[in-house]
Amino acid sequence: MNATRVSYTLESTLASVNKAEQAATELAAKSGFDEDESGRIAMAVREASVNAVLHGNHYDPTKRVTIAFEVTADALTVSVRDEGQGLDPANVPDPLAPENLLKQSGRGIFLIRAFMDEIRFRALSPGTEITMVKFVRGADRDGSKEATQ
Amino acid sequence: MKSSSRKVDGVTIVDLSGRITLGEGSVVLRDTVKDLSSQGDKKILLNLGDVTYIDSSGIGELVSAYTSVRNAGGELKLLNLTKKVHDLLQITKLYTVFDISDDEASAIASFSR
Repeated sequence: MNATRVSYTLESTLASVNKAEQAATELAAKSGFDEDESGRIAMAVREASVNAVLHGNHYDPTKRVTIAFEVTADALTVSVRDEGQGLDPANVPDPLAPENLLKQSGRGIFLIRAFMDEIRFRALSPGTEITMVKFVRGADRDGSKEATQ
Repeated sequence: MKSSSRKVDGVTIVDLSGRITLGEGSVVLRDTVKDLSSQGDKKILLNLGDVTYIDSSGIGELVSAYTSVRNAGGELKLLNLTKKVHDLLQITKLYTVFDISDDEASAIASFSR
């Protein structure tokens, strides 16, 4: 299966977040993920998009969010890029720590980590790119299919 | 998201339906709980049975509602979680924070008299 790539360059609005979530739901289903898994992937993409629109670009109408999907036989890879001030993932507090449990915010990246198999951050100038990978069950982790008998 | 409230045995039950997400249901939830608190309601039961989706902002709004009601001397409990919402509260360790029930009558009875 050849890779299928789709990307969107969107305004920093909540409508863009909803569009990203919808696209993720559709592509995850096409990639062979079941309804539960597709829902979790879509939520991860939604959370990353909210971070980009809200915390990265601060709804700035001059800044864009770029969301790229790559579908292969083995995995769905999603990158979300903003044009904000940058994010240091090491400084994101643990939402499960007792002192943070009742905080109103700070669970987005935690949920992305919980729902996706791999997550990487890349600093841009300016901005941040988060790349999330969900492997199709049965595929191995180096990008090649498991050997068949 | 839609929200409507009714009172049973001194407990205000808020029936919520739809999505609790950033910019959608989270504002409705916040305003609903704020209005009830300003009316002096201190026993609030959020019925999430028809909530189809909740994101981290929605979770944050539930936590905020819980703490604001508690800080005002009241109690806020949850009723009828869907599997998705149940799973989300479990992985965020909030399942043990909230008082959660699947039965309306016993949830109402659990509020302090």
